[in-house]
Amino acid sequence: MASEKTINPNAIAFPEFAASLPGHDILWLQAFRNRAAQSFSHTGFPTVRDEDWRYTNLSALNKTLYAPTESQEVDSDWLATLRVPNAWCVVLLNGRFSVDLSDLTDMPAAVRVQSITQALVENPARLQKYLGQAVVENLHAMLVFNNAWFSDGVFIEIPAQTTLAKPLQILQVATEENALAATRNIWLLNENAAAEIIETFAGSAENYLTVAVNEVFLAADAHLTGYKVQLEAETATHFGGVYLQQAERSRFEHHNFALGGLVARSDIYCDLETGAECTLNGLAVGVKRQHLDNLTRINHLKPRGVSREYYKTVLDQRARGVFQGRVVVAEHAQKTDSQMNNRNLLLSADAEVDTKPQLEIYADDVKCSHGVTVGQLDEKSVFYLQSRGLDATSARNILTFAFANEMVEKVENVELKELLRTQLLAHFPAISL
Amino acid sequence: MLSINNLHVSVGDKPILKGLSLEIKPGEVHAIMGPNGAGKSTLSHVLSGKAGYTVTEGSVSYYGRDLLEMAPEIRAREGVFLAFQYPVEIPGVSNIYLLKAALNALRRHHGEPEVDAMDFLTLVKAKVKLLQMDEKFLYRAVNEGFSGGEKKRNEILQAAILEPKLCILDETDSGLDIDALRIVSEGVNSLRSSERSFLMITHYQRLLEYIKPDVVHVLAGGRMVRSGGPDLALELEEKGYSWLEGQAA
Repeated sequence: MASEKTINPNAIAFPEFAASLPGHDILWLQAFRNRAAQSFSHTGFPTVRDEDWRYTNLSALNKTLYAPTESQEVDSDWLATLRVPNAWCVVLLNGRFSVDLSDLTDMPAAVRVQSITQALVENPARLQKYLGQAVVENLHAMLVFNNAWFSDGVFIEIPAQTTLAKPLQILQVATEENALAATRNIWLLNENAAAEIIETFAGSAENYLTVAVNEVFLAADAHLTGYKVQLEAETATHFGGVYLQQAERSRFEHHNFALGGLVARSDIYCDLETGAECTLNGLAVGVKRQHLDNLTRINHLKPRGVSREYYKTVLDQRARGVFQGRVVVAEHAQKTDSQMNNRNLLLSADAEVDTKPQLEIYADDVKCSHGVTVGQLDEKSVFYLQSRGLDATSARNILTFAFANEMVEKVENVELKELLRTQLLAHFPAISL
Repeated sequence: MLSINNLHVSVGDKPILKGLSLEIKPGEVHAIMGPNGAGKSTLSHVLSGKAGYTVTEGSVSYYGRDLLEMAPEIRAREGVFLAFQYPVEIPGVSNIYLLKAALNALRRHHGEPEVDAMDFLTLVKAKVKLLQMDEKFLYRAVNEGFSGGEKKRNEILQAAILEPKLCILDETDSGLDIDALRIVSEGVNSLRSSERSFLMITHYQRLLEYIKPDVVHVLAGGRMVRSGGPDLALELEEKGYSWLEGQAA
């Protein structure tokens, strides 16, 4: 097929790196990676011609080779500021599991938390059963890119009837310019298992690329509380995809905070079986020229599923936000109960948000609603605060913080809540309380 | 303390106030009554500095200074307090946070140090008790999900903390049942002093049974058409406003 597409440097370089990627000697994985590399060499990164990427232009990525790095350099003081207290911690440094920086002290032996690299050595059959099973292989070019390039990740398996005694933080950091931090994470929560997992993304270098893909399998009655705290460096590009298979009556509660990065995109896909529940909360705060894109897709496949989605965006200066929320209720998914709400606050005339809520309903006995607002600060509220003696700037700052803080308040982990509040204020210095 | 002289105010091209004059001395309670559309709320908004109103003529002097020149927050810090007819709900900002931020803004303006956290809590709790409010209200978002009566009580609570010199009550009685009206009125009465003045704007005489005014004015067609003692309110209750509206210029 003749093509006028840009030749992507990573597409060219793949054969050179393939042998250094984990599982390169495992045939099924080799085939999986090669299929992906082949596909990616035709497409490059997603373009705005792809419907799910139409608001997010990644063409700039095609100019640089983002290479996996073995670098283990990291400023430990900086790293410490990102740690959530009273939690186990796995550090993925430049896309590789760092045993030295991780802390899994007293993790019960029955709970498996290990690197994907290690898991591929110890139990490749287990990984083969799950890798690439929570999401269609060629969903989009960014996922395909991850299929080819992931250099490590975390494999978690929690036995049935087991509740993790404290949260597990997965801290993904990049410390090298032009680094590729591509991770594949597979989490299994067996029947009636429960866990709280906090993902934090951050970087101390320029112009790196994070591509993290999580495949999550919740067995019947399992309960996962997930947090994503995206604090990537100012010039970084971030993609994080979370793809869930939710069995009967399983529950997923997710809080997604997008504060960092130059261009950042989140995917969250939930497939709900009978009586499963998901709650998706999100906050994106963009300043300067940041571009923050959140896409969610909730598939109600079977009856009596419940989904609650609440996403907020705050944009100042020339920042741009995207919200694409899609709920699909399959023909047999009767008694589905679904609510979607997206609220956007624009603080400057140059800020822009594109919001696209979509409901596709094929069942006839369901309760579904969605609502979207885009607006500025309410002048009546500003005046109310002024009439109590606060100057106009403080009044606006308080109202902006209050709008964003609603999502922080939903976080039950008090230590994380404190950390989020600090990060929110640091990211958005106009707000000072 | 407050001297309004021949005040003309327009919204867009439409004149609302057409030569209103009013003199309030320290400690006095003035009631302004009048039919809908007379300009009552416009007066309260202009005095507190809300945007959207153009003063085309006249003046407002507050302790000898030009009130209309001051930004809304400066008026507030100088002691002008507006109890809103429709208090605004502010999700995400707790009542106690707003009270503290407001009190500190006021103290800074007067060159005083910020309030001590413990002293503040003691003060607030005392005032909450005075207004027969549940302490839980302090930690709820400002006015969010409050009933009509709770919102109005909350306005008076703010006044009790900020201790204004001029307290403007804009239709404070609207939407209140008889019990709420009594509690709010008791709160207002507890704030009365020889220094503090009140400007009560109301449609009904009912409120004046609970908060006794020194002077009653009738505002119609953008001007004061009649002023008198408390008896004037009773006369209005009996005859309605129509007999006075003819007198509006």
